[in-house]
Amino acid sequence: MATKRVLNGNAAIAEAIRQINPDVVAAYPITPSTAIVEYIAKFVSDGLMTTEFVTPESEHSAMSMCVGASAAGARVFTATASQGLALMFEILYIASSLRLPIVAGIANRALSAPINIHGDHSDVMGVRDSGWIQIHSENSQEAYDNVIQAFRIGEHKDVSTPVLVTMDGFILSHAIQDMFVEEDEKVKAFVGEREPLYTLLDVENPITIGPIDFTDYYFEHKRSQFVGIENAPKVILEVAEEFKKEFGREYGFFELYKMDDAEVAIVVLGSTAGTAKVVVDELRSKGKKVGLMKLRVYRPFPAKEVADVLSNLKAVAVLDRAASPGGVGGPLFTDVRASLYEYTNKPILVDYIYGLGGRDIAPHHIAEVYDRLEKIAATGERGELLSYINLRE
Amino acid sequence: MAIRARLKDLAAMEDKFVSGHGLCPGCGIPLMLRMVLRATEHPLIAVNATGCLEVCSSGFPYTAWKVPWMHNAFENAGATAAGVEAAYKALKRRGKLPGGDKKIKIVAFGGDGGTYDIGLQSLSGAMERGHDIVYICYDNQSYANTGGQRSGATPFGASATTSPAGSKIPGKLQWRKNLTEIMAAHGIYAAQASVSHWKDLFQKAQKAIEIDGPAFINVLIPCPTEWKTKIEDGVQLAKIAVESKVWPLYEVENGKYKINYYPKKEVDVTEWLKPQGRFSHMFKPGNEWMIEEYRKKVLEEWDRLVRLTKV
Repeated sequence: MATKRVLNGNAAIAEAIRQINPDVVAAYPITPSTAIVEYIAKFVSDGLMTTEFVTPESEHSAMSMCVGASAAGARVFTATASQGLALMFEILYIASSLRLPIVAGIANRALSAPINIHGDHSDVMGVRDSGWIQIHSENSQEAYDNVIQAFRIGEHKDVSTPVLVTMDGFILSHAIQDMFVEEDEKVKAFVGEREPLYTLLDVENPITIGPIDFTDYYFEHKRSQFVGIENAPKVILEVAEEFKKEFGREYGFFELYKMDDAEVAIVVLGSTAGTAKVVVDELRSKGKKVGLMKLRVYRPFPAKEVADVLSNLKAVAVLDRAASPGGVGGPLFTDVRASLYEYTNKPILVDYIYGLGGRDIAPHHIAEVYDRLEKIAATGERGELLSYINLRE
Repeated sequence: MAIRARLKDLAAMEDKFVSGHGLCPGCGIPLMLRMVLRATEHPLIAVNATGCLEVCSSGFPYTAWKVPWMHNAFENAGATAAGVEAAYKALKRRGKLPGGDKKIKIVAFGGDGGTYDIGLQSLSGAMERGHDIVYICYDNQSYANTGGQRSGATPFGASATTSPAGSKIPGKLQWRKNLTEIMAAHGIYAAQASVSHWKDLFQKAQKAIEIDGPAFINVLIPCPTEWKTKIEDGVQLAKIAVESKVWPLYEVENGKYKINYYPKKEVDVTEWLKPQGRFSHMFKPGNEWMIEEYRKKVLEEWDRLVRLTKV
């Protein structure tokens, strides 16, 4: 029987890790993901986990250790945020390029400068092209469920790619919520054992990992590295299906909220979806045809699936909790917009940057976005492509 | 049973680093490797920082290594080896080692760039945490892989491409970092060796690998390419470095310093400096002070080391 618990996001992720009991956890503390590492340290100290728990002197070394441990065939977990993820940047590419499954729990946080410890998506958007699978969570329950599924996805032989599970810093990492924690044995059975194809520790059959390529091989190897993340969508859905069968909660590339007859919609990642649902309910009660797409899997980007849903709408606003200075809108916006390019029927799209450095986004801000979408839908007039929510200008 | 340091026995052993690599003629790295890879009967896993050895031994689709080998990045060989060790410990404890339970040792190799400079933090962290790994620095005293830029290991006076001897500045003006003592300060087994003294190097490698915990060896590696010397002079120069006290052979074990070789006769530093093109400007009129400084510092350091052995 699942137990009902009241946990914050950090505790929820740590709880999943306690149950999974990976071979190696190597992590460096950083606000707001510190508590994940502290919980794990305590679990190990109290004998509740038998993981080899190591505390490297930096995030760069934490990810370097994860790469070494995963190459040696271990099931590996780390946690970080913000500057920590940025410091790992170089090694994130190596992890995915060597096709090493690793699961990283991220409590999103703004990037310096100015230094700021609060939640936004700049950190994970900064590593969107690193080749890691990227899964977002709306609440503690999803963070917990996503971590459990992440091991299955990343370690699947057709994928063999690292996975980043992310939740909004403080908003989720530090806010307690009701959630279900499944039985230890059930979680362990669901996740199973990692079965690496090759390992450094197989000393009878020595292998070489990370050799140098020149112009004659690099391109072919680089291309073949993408196969794992290209295979991921199928596996993500299979794992979600099994998860639903076992634990009853449903997951896909995204969640659609009141989209069936919607004419306008918002596309958003993470905890803001929770706020937006409240607004959708309120507007629906007033007879407005508004809906919400909460994207869960950001990489690989489910372009066709997203576009199939959005193409029949009249107007769509994408809410980006990260900027892309000098670009054509935030990162989520450019992906959504590119996905729709081939479609004859497509909505008018607008982008909003919101919540940088943890700036609040309240129901009335979201209501204003829907209000504008309805005007756009009625008039066909888009106005500004990019706007900012709750910003003093 | 420990392997005896007898050339006859060592010559009969299988090479685990074989021909086909692209290291420069006269490079000392393979000499070091052939000693280290013979120094244990346990299977070894090699972790390699970016640098001469990595680039020259792993060009896909070939490898010169007959042991499991991994390269991650430039500055993280310490952490990468620590990660492999953590996985080994966990999988051993859980009875999940491929082919059953066995003792495996992990040895990391990095040049002076990857060790003294960009990789120092990662190495320090790994040593402080007490991982059962051996880290071997192949110190050829410059960023040789990228064409001979100065490093924290480049000696005073040497001309390097980023500390060139010019009409105003006569080469590198800073003394080299004392990495061996930095590592000794971690309370681990730390030693300094040279490819010219194969037996000493072999025995140190043997000891470092046998130790259940972190160990570090700094090996002087002649680099004819960047030292601007004759290819055939490498080992002789490494020997002169030891004889002239430029590169003392010593080890620090349980906090005790021990000099492993006391030069029997006086060999002046000019015998070390003169054959190397990178020091040639020091012999030009007006630069005599550089040689004097060099000599003074080398002898001061030697005296300090001798004092440390008496603590």
